[in-house]
Amino acid sequence: MVAEMIAVERVYRMGSEEVRALDGLSFRVERGQYWSVMGASGSGKSTLLNVMGCLDRPTSGVYRLSGRDVNDLDDDELSELRSQRLGFIFQSYNLIPQLNVLENIMVPLFYQDDPPADGEERARSLARRLGLGDRLGHRPLELSGGQQQRVAIARALVNDPDLILADEATGNLDSNTANEILGLFDELWREGKTLVFVTHEAHVAERASHVLRMIDGNVEEMFETERAKELPR
Amino acid sequence: MITSTLFRAVRTGLSSLMLHKLRSFLTTLGVLFGTSSVIAMLAIGEGASYEAQEQIKLLGSQNVILRSIKPPEDPNQSGTQTSRVVSYGLLDADLARIETTFPGVTGVVPIREIAKEVRHNDRVMNPRVMATRPTYQAVTGRLLWEGRFISAEDDRTLQNVCVLGTEVARYLFPFESAVGKRVKVGGDYFTVVGTLAPRMRLSDDRAQAGSEVTGEVFIPYETARKWYGRLQVKQRAGSREMEEVDLHEIVIAVDRPDDVPVLASAAREMLSRFHGKKRDYEVVVPLELLARAQETKRIFNIVLGSIAGISLLVGGIGIMNVMLATVTERTREIGIRRALGAKRRHIVTQFLVETICLSVGGGLLGVLVGVSIPLIVERFADMVTIVTPSAPILAFGISAGVGVVFGVYPALRAADMDPVEALRHE
Repeated sequence: MVAEMIAVERVYRMGSEEVRALDGLSFRVERGQYWSVMGASGSGKSTLLNVMGCLDRPTSGVYRLSGRDVNDLDDDELSELRSQRLGFIFQSYNLIPQLNVLENIMVPLFYQDDPPADGEERARSLARRLGLGDRLGHRPLELSGGQQQRVAIARALVNDPDLILADEATGNLDSNTANEILGLFDELWREGKTLVFVTHEAHVAERASHVLRMIDGNVEEMFETERAKELPR
Repeated sequence: MITSTLFRAVRTGLSSLMLHKLRSFLTTLGVLFGTSSVIAMLAIGEGASYEAQEQIKLLGSQNVILRSIKPPEDPNQSGTQTSRVVSYGLLDADLARIETTFPGVTGVVPIREIAKEVRHNDRVMNPRVMATRPTYQAVTGRLLWEGRFISAEDDRTLQNVCVLGTEVARYLFPFESAVGKRVKVGGDYFTVVGTLAPRMRLSDDRAQAGSEVTGEVFIPYETARKWYGRLQVKQRAGSREMEEVDLHEIVIAVDRPDDVPVLASAAREMLSRFHGKKRDYEVVVPLELLARAQETKRIFNIVLGSIAGISLLVGGIGIMNVMLATVTERTREIGIRRALGAKRRHIVTQFLVETICLSVGGGLLGVLVGVSIPLIVERFADMVTIVTPSAPILAFGISAGVGVVFGVYPALRAADMDPVEALRHE
């Protein structure tokens, strides 16, 4: 088991009003699963992703990542967890403009307490694998959207995370490029990576092995797709 | 490991700053002007006080100098008189009292000035002609260039010999050695027995006092008493003035500078007893002047320091302002870094390093500019400037400190951002 949520609530206070972004959600991600999280806007997808990514803490309930209860961890420990166990892929790539491709890929390693000695090598080979081998010295703004997202994917993989979180990762791309990126996710999944992919496009969701549909901060439905049988685990 | 982390932090910081070259450069200007003005002003001040102190040291730090000064004219007496005798100043009796009653004195040198022109063939000068004793040379520490100084024998036997200062020797004997030649002082011939080495590049302190005498000629004290009486005639435009002065100056020397204050107070007391209310003398204590010059310099340094402090403060506030704007501008980057695992201290370090890069960059440029300004001043304004090694180091250290002090708050603001909020920031 990679991640587990038990009766997680996340309540915001907007003025005098309480917003229950997550309302008693329980949900569990096993190793090697490829989850699509769907739902209308305001259904709590982003909050779910933030909590899963240890950027936000549950107001109540338990969230365990890689066997550790997030509520027991302080800010530094959460940061360390992010740099070691998690990979983030965002809709708008979120690369750091003043760093070149290689440096961008290596950012999560910079922040580890005990960074691996072969970090740069790993970053280079990931870049090669994602077709960025000749772009290592370029700045993000010199790349196309698809290439930027590949850099972001390489960055999400460089720390060999337990869980990869993607937020509308193909939302800014044209359909061809989006398909390429989705193909990459397929590949990662086949290699045994665990992914959680937030999307609102049905055809994207279909590529996952599991679907979580959310409504009002809770589960609307949760099911296995046909693809789960491709790779029984 | 730590050095490579630091190196990377500095490199990342610099590349972030390079994204906005003009802004970064303008931000450093405050610190640049702060540091450069500190260094330049310190160098000029140091040079000026050095010159003043050297001038004072020339008078001799172990000496006490008594000088005759002409008392202010009595308003009742001044009028239509065009010729009169003014009598004032140190007396031979004062000299005798000093010589007999002051213990621990290593030398007492009387100086009497004779207002005569000095001439060799058709070259004429109006130097300071001083009748003095042989001990003058030892007490004032003057060095010989050629020949010898006046000897005790010269003095005792009333020889017509003289020693020329550099300027006089150069002017009267431009192409030859002066030693052995004869010059005419007033109406009498004197044989040159020696010349003095030039003083350091300093203006004669008499010239500063407003009189036009330059150069020095020394003749034996007793000889002068024989040839030129006590009365001297000074001719000014329209008036003839007779002055009766025994001694123009008495230099008293002691062994150790520590004894100078005692000597000075003894001299003051003695003179005030015998001269009464007639303030026709002054007591110059080079050591006191030196102390005063150093005190002045200290105050000068405090003033300079405050100005520098204020300009660095302004520079620092400028940097802080820009860094606060930068932090807001880069909220999203902060969010990304936090999401990718940056701890609070990583963010603090990142922005602190950037601020320090700015202030240190400004400091370095400021040191360069500050060191070159004195060179320019020295070249074009003919002033001595001294850049002490501590000045650039101090200025540089302070500018780095400014970076730390004014960088902490923006950096903490950056680190305290909520990652989720920061990521959402457009």
